[in-house]
Amino acid sequence: MSVVTVQLGQCGNQVGQELFDVMRSDAPDVHRKTYSAVSRERFFRQTTQGALEARAVLIDMEPKVINHSMSEAAKSGRWRYGETSHFSQKQGSGNNWANGYCVHGPRHRDAVEELVRREVEHCDMLAGFIPIMSVAGGTGSGVGTFVTQCLRDVYPSSFVLNHLTWPYGTGEVIVQNYNSVLTLAHLYQLSDAILVHENDIVHKICSQLLKIKQISFSDINRVIAHQLGGVLQPTLTPVSCGAYSRHPIGELMSALACHPEYKLLSVCTIPQMASSSIAFSTFSWPALLKHLRQMLISNSKMEGGIDWQVCPPPASAGRSRSLSAGSFNTSLANLLILRGKDVYSADTGGFEDPAIYTSWLPPDEALSLWKSPVPFNKYEKSATLVSNSQALLRPLDDMVRKAWNMFASRAYIHQYVKFGISEEDFLDSFTSLEQVISSYSELQ
Amino acid sequence: MSEERLLAKLKCSLQVGQCGNQVGCRFWDLALREHAHVNKRGLYDEALSSFFRNVDPRKSDGGACCVGGRIQHLKARAVLIDMEEGVVHRILQGPLREVFDSAQLLTDVSGSGNNWAVGNLTYGSAYMDSIVNKLRKAAEHCDCLQCFFLIHSMGGGTGSGLGTRVLSLLEEEFPDVCRIVTAMYPSAEDDVITSPYNSVLAMKELTEHADCVLPVENQSLVDIVNKISLMSHDAKPGCVLKKESTVTSGQGGVSPTERPFDAMNNIVANLLLNITSSSRFDGSLNMDLNEIAMNLVPFPRLHYLVPSLTPLYTLADVNIPTRRLDQMFSDAFSKEHQLIRADPKHSLYLACALMVRGNVQVSDLRRNIERLRPSLPFVSWNQEGWKTGLCSVPPVGHTHSLLALANNTCVKPTFMELRDRFTKLYKKKAHLHHYLHIDGMEQSTFSEALSSLSALIEEYHHLDATKARLIPDAPRLSIAR
Repeated sequence: MSVVTVQLGQCGNQVGQELFDVMRSDAPDVHRKTYSAVSRERFFRQTTQGALEARAVLIDMEPKVINHSMSEAAKSGRWRYGETSHFSQKQGSGNNWANGYCVHGPRHRDAVEELVRREVEHCDMLAGFIPIMSVAGGTGSGVGTFVTQCLRDVYPSSFVLNHLTWPYGTGEVIVQNYNSVLTLAHLYQLSDAILVHENDIVHKICSQLLKIKQISFSDINRVIAHQLGGVLQPTLTPVSCGAYSRHPIGELMSALACHPEYKLLSVCTIPQMASSSIAFSTFSWPALLKHLRQMLISNSKMEGGIDWQVCPPPASAGRSRSLSAGSFNTSLANLLILRGKDVYSADTGGFEDPAIYTSWLPPDEALSLWKSPVPFNKYEKSATLVSNSQALLRPLDDMVRKAWNMFASRAYIHQYVKFGISEEDFLDSFTSLEQVISSYSELQ
Repeated sequence: MSEERLLAKLKCSLQVGQCGNQVGCRFWDLALREHAHVNKRGLYDEALSSFFRNVDPRKSDGGACCVGGRIQHLKARAVLIDMEEGVVHRILQGPLREVFDSAQLLTDVSGSGNNWAVGNLTYGSAYMDSIVNKLRKAAEHCDCLQCFFLIHSMGGGTGSGLGTRVLSLLEEEFPDVCRIVTAMYPSAEDDVITSPYNSVLAMKELTEHADCVLPVENQSLVDIVNKISLMSHDAKPGCVLKKESTVTSGQGGVSPTERPFDAMNNIVANLLLNITSSSRFDGSLNMDLNEIAMNLVPFPRLHYLVPSLTPLYTLADVNIPTRRLDQMFSDAFSKEHQLIRADPKHSLYLACALMVRGNVQVSDLRRNIERLRPSLPFVSWNQEGWKTGLCSVPPVGHTHSLLALANNTCVKPTFMELRDRFTKLYKKKAHLHHYLHIDGMEQSTFSEALSSLSALIEEYHHLDATKARLIPDAPRLSIAR
């Protein structure tokens, strides 16, 4: 079962290239033949000459990044992108969502759909699509939204899992909050689930856990790729009957995307440390899982500065939650992925505690557990947690608040109207997201 | 895959008048040098193609070469306009003569007599068609243009008058192409008496027809040049002023001799070089020209972006410790580094862009933004609004550089002072007859220009008034559950 990745804009193309690199270099051990074969089939295809090509479509409105990603891939010698798998223009989207969505998207629809179709034809069975993009700029966000819509239209019964990178809170792009609001509101209707990485968090991981001094975007992208790889590489699932699952995206959706109003997924991995430290560390499942559980409920997305004071409120207390009160993170559903040595003996009871979940689903349905005996990316034992919880509520609310303040003064609106969206469209997007915020706030 | 004609994002410069042409030519000179420094294999790549045509004179069909081949003859995508012959004539005799196609030049002999009306109306009407034709030629394919760079002074007649006529022409003929104007404003001591008239008349055009304006004041350039020569004279040991620095001299460029005003023009040329760097070279966070207007212009008329360039001089070291790097960021906000006489730190920021070149990573950028942000007053609805770009290629002779563009109310005093100088003359009707007897010129042109400037000042004033006030968050939409 194969996954087709669509890399959109600068961020999408940079992250995508790192992701394929991670997946290709994971499990070089010759004894992990089945694992490697499944991973290869899932993300790569073999050319007649035996070279491995990524099942990816690369899209950007300017050529420099795609050229760079393609040459970086080829340099590795282990994999590459298809020669004709890319589409680029020379105009750029000017950081304008409307320019991406209303102008570039429709203009290049045929070319993009053709590239996707060709990639899909190479798959024996399609597991689903993963568009990778940022929300701050114009191409990833605007063209990305349009392309997601096209995927929906052309492949109505396929799964679409969007991976989004949210920008630093103290800007990279001044209109990033507008672009983010417009993207999220639209994707909520189009996507099956939205997996989010936040630059601020990943930056902290780089500085505090990986101890990188001068952090570059390559470092950021590599962490994102590592975490995504931890989600997407082969695992044995409860329903896969002792073999590596062939429906990774579908099963992820069943595990986590149980309600149309709740589609935001966050990721965290443990451990995460500088490569030089790994050899000197010992890992035990009880310690790893204890930390991970506390990271989940105290909403710290990284292992460092965890607030151990946070605990689930007693069942007896009236559990009305507001955005500001309490730092306890309620989950709707969790997907816990364990990789490495002794996975079968790991005790995950802590994640089945009904107190950490909302009451709608019984805990044994709220928690899904996937395992793989193969150590992932140099870690003897590692755990990845994909959560549908209140973890993204605060950053989402901040994003909407800032965008709304800007909208209240109508700043920059003329730049969007110029390309075909109206104030009404903005209001609709704000309304949709307030709905999402409200839904997540009320999880109890 | 279907054959899509790749729409190139071409940039075209329009240099109008004496000052405009001097600055423009210095820009092309430096651009050539920059590309030669980086592009050792002589390949005509995409970056080059957006600024230069590649012409093989041996070809019979006009000689245009495609991207990917070797460099034959680079021709700047530029149109040079002057109503006197002197400056353009000198350029055509100098080392840059091969860079400009004679078809791209438009000259006349008599000059505009420092009269905006002569430039805008008399010459404007006479040369309208000719200018449009030259533009189309320089652009090759009209739908491939991304941006026009207009360069002219405000105080004279040709640059100011004909330059702004060309600006409105661009809006009519190529409405979707971004128009960025680099405008040189006269100082109070300017020896052209009518420069306030010319400047205010031109400003109305800039406010109405430009997408963004980079105002540069002559006095600031003079101050900066003086500062640099002071530094080179009492240079501390170990702090060597690199001779080939692009800021101070044209050494290493095509033109070898340094003339008066060259140093000032060099600074403005560097501004243009830096603002276009991310379009021309790779980086981890690209910032294209169309992103500049998008991010820095929240309301159509408020598009005056104050530039600052740092560092102004090269330091001897190649390995510059982080402390020095941070100093570069601090300097970008100091009033000594602004290209107009203004103090942005004590006015209100609407938006700010930082374009970094060289070996600088995102963490350096973030650290400095966090460090400097608390001392910079930002408008309530854009508290964290920064536009950032990282280009890996530094300017020749530097290891890194920073261009900051600020949409800041600190332009208000500059505009108010200009209005005062205008009003002083206008009240006495001094020299008015020189303008009014030009065909097409009326008294109302003056009063409209004055109103336009006053309205602009008012808009900045209103924003300033919000500075001290604590603006609460706008009440959010409430959702029925």
